[in-house]
Amino acid sequence: MARHVIAPVDELPPGSRKFLEIDGRPIAVFNVKGEFFGLLNRCPHQGAALCEGPLIGLASSSDPGEIEYTKLGEIIRCPWHGWEFDIRTGQSYCDPRRFRVRAYPVNVEPGTNLVKGPYVAETLKVAVESDYVVVDL
Amino acid sequence: MTSPIAGGVDCDLHPAVPHLTSLLPYMNDYWRDQVTTRGMTDLISQSYPVNSPISSRPDWRPVKGKPGSDIADLQRQALDRFGTAYGICNPLYGVQMVFSEDMANAFCRALNDWLAKEWLDKDERLRGSIVIPVQSIEKAVAEIERCAADKRFVQVLMLVMGDMPLGKRHYWPIYAAAERFGLPIGIHAGSAYHNPPTSVGWGSYHIEDYVAQAQAFQTQLTSLIVEGVFARHPNLKMVMLESGFTWLPPFLWRLHKFWRGVRMETPWVDRAPLEIVRSNIRFSLQPVDAPPESDTLNRLFDHMQSDELILFSTDYPHWQFDGDEVLPKGLSPDLVRKIMIDNPHATYPRLTVKEMTP
Repeated sequence: MARHVIAPVDELPPGSRKFLEIDGRPIAVFNVKGEFFGLLNRCPHQGAALCEGPLIGLASSSDPGEIEYTKLGEIIRCPWHGWEFDIRTGQSYCDPRRFRVRAYPVNVEPGTNLVKGPYVAETLKVAVESDYVVVDL
Repeated sequence: MTSPIAGGVDCDLHPAVPHLTSLLPYMNDYWRDQVTTRGMTDLISQSYPVNSPISSRPDWRPVKGKPGSDIADLQRQALDRFGTAYGICNPLYGVQMVFSEDMANAFCRALNDWLAKEWLDKDERLRGSIVIPVQSIEKAVAEIERCAADKRFVQVLMLVMGDMPLGKRHYWPIYAAAERFGLPIGIHAGSAYHNPPTSVGWGSYHIEDYVAQAQAFQTQLTSLIVEGVFARHPNLKMVMLESGFTWLPPFLWRLHKFWRGVRMETPWVDRAPLEIVRSNIRFSLQPVDAPPESDTLNRLFDHMQSDELILFSTDYPHWQFDGDEVLPKGLSPDLVRKIMIDNPHATYPRLTVKEMTP
């Protein structure tokens, strides 16, 4: 597993997402209310660019007509067929055992840690005084 | 052919009301006079025109009178012939067609009392379905409560084509009452003719009505599942009667596919539709719309992923098969036993209740 520095924190404010390719794999990194999530940008169903879909909440119900809406902004809905995936786990709602999108840990690290390595900062110049978004891949 | 085994449960028998006047003894004075003075004679819908081949097997057609109107014929041709232990009577009489809910209520009560007296009292093997005036929920529930006291009533009967999709919450008090009394809801082919019998308008020919029954069942299954009837009533069983079942796997492929994409519109559907069908929905055997090759049929059963969905039925006196070939070719002995005995008993808990009369 390699760790990849993908952006200074300031470039990924809450509500934003960044698409990139790491080792040939399409990855998307999300900032949801200050929390960072990484997903493979490929739907396990038919290969759509999953992470271009809207981030919605999770609708559930214990009684018909009564809807509980939770996990606001934490469910990615595939733009092709509407399948829902939990961005924390990558699990699909409709068939969690068979369909799951690869989820990658994303952390924020201070530049002081990063300049020591062994992190990979392929395209970024890392400065000691900033914080960076790091993906484990 | 596959031989039937003795002790089976025939889940779809149709005793015929000879004439509306046959119900007069079971109406109150007011309705008896109304029927008589208005000159009402019979309630025949176009679902089963008397002379249509589907309405009666030729060798079951009596010399005079309606097919299925003589209990001796039904005993000999259906019960004795197939060694039936229990036979469930589903009267198809046009009481659902009338638009007055008060008249419908009077006719339903008369029909249910007629069934108890003229059929259930005369053969211990017979069980009945409660016909309800669906247009009035209150009256329908009251009729279920009234008839459920007689344990020989084992089911509530509705038509697949009524006024509205059956999943609508409007109907739920009916389902609550049925669940409370351990009565499955039987949904039988046929229309109240309050809507066109196809979803695209009125056709020209009887075959269009009859074939369209299968589409109506699919639409109703979708409605029942997505409206959440089985989320609210997890113990309620519904039995599709004379629905055909060979359409089930491809229908479920389609429903499942779209559920995966838009299930957030109906989040109470928290299981795949196939799982809901497996736990709550059953189908009567006849008609079998498959080609006669046993491989084809067994592949279909594989697709259904369950051997618990089908319940034995002759659909007497309707013409769905000839001779004794009530079971399609190629069924394993294990599956025959499930279809004829185990599955019906698991579906109708009141079949074997001892105390028989209220």
